Amino acid sequence: MSDHSHDSEGHIGHVLPLSLLLKVFGALVALTILTVMTGKADLHGADLAVAMIIATCKASLVCLFFMHLKYDRPFHGLIFLFSVMFVGLFLVFVTLDSEEYQGDIKDYKANEVLELQVGE
Amino acid sequence: MSSHDNHPEGVAHHFESAEQQFDSGKFGIWTFLLTEVLFFSALFVAYTMYRDSYPEVFQFASQYLDTNLGALNTLVLLLSSFTIAWGVRNAMLGETKKLTINLIITLACAAGFMMIKAEEYGHKFHEGTLWGGHEHSIFKLDADDVNEDIAAHSQAWSNPDGEFTAAVKDLDPEFRQKLGIFFGVYFCLTGLHGIHVLIGMILLSWLLIRNLRGEFGPKNFAAVDFIALYWHLVDLIWIFLFPLLYLIS
Repeated sequence: MSDHSHDSEGHIGHVLPLSLLLKVFGALVALTILTVMTGKADLHGADLAVAMIIATCKASLVCLFFMHLKYDRPFHGLIFLFSVMFVGLFLVFVTLDSEEYQGDIKDYKANEVLELQVGE
Repeated sequence: MSSHDNHPEGVAHHFESAEQQFDSGKFGIWTFLLTEVLFFSALFVAYTMYRDSYPEVFQFASQYLDTNLGALNTLVLLLSSFTIAWGVRNAMLGETKKLTINLIITLACAAGFMMIKAEEYGHKFHEGTLWGGHEHSIFKLDADDVNEDIAAHSQAWSNPDGEFTAAVKDLDPEFRQKLGIFFGVYFCLTGLHGIHVLIGMILLSWLLIRNLRGEFGPKNFAAVDFIALYWHLVDLIWIFLFPLLYLIS
């Protein structure tokens, strides 16, 4: 946990120093410029991975500071992490299943061509 | 137990204390954000499936999008995220005038984002770079119509860099149809995001009106805090949308 220098009696929530907000904004702008530069460069297949790593860094900065998760109750961060975890599960299961029926599709298309030829 | 006489000011009847009221609201908004992430995830999964199936289509189609406008929109949204985060600080410290200014800047950024988006959408409708089912789409599923359409568009046709004037006519018809899938995904994702920006603008306007009435201060800033969280989520979604749609090389 970080210092709670601005906490005072009767205060709910945590007041972030303006200097910290400015630093986070600066970092976000810098990362945006970086992602545009790496997006235009040829990274030999690593483009998507690099872009997603930069986007995740930006998202983490927004979550931790702008959304106060670093200073908030851990439970709120946990709720958010759960949502991200379930998106991951969703992606993994759909991706695993995606090639499942490719064989059937190929067979169907092959038969279709055969039937056309028979029809002629 | 609290009676009406000693019930804290500004705390609803069913809450024991201001802190309990604030925590309940915060829990509520985080739960809502969870549903929002899952709501968008369906479209992100659709994106992943189609990009996985047709990587070359996505690579080609992405070049129809104007990277500069996309990057500008990213910066505009980041600035609005910063000003609303500053606004939460203002509300907590009771800096009413500064909060008004930050809310106005945030609203202006949201409007700017929508205007840039409208410019991009307008360009796509003019050029016919639309989902395959649209009657003016140059990626139509009916191949006979497509040829006429492309002929009709060939004079005006160009991507933002003016590179594809000739290329579209020479494309393999099957490949061209699949380009429509990319634009289907593009319009669904950016459209749903745009709707969220519009809802955010309504909420920000409501905050602005309430702040001008002097309703916010160190003891009552929950609405500012919660709407700021929603606004940051809208920014978070765009942080991922920008590289996924505009920066495929």
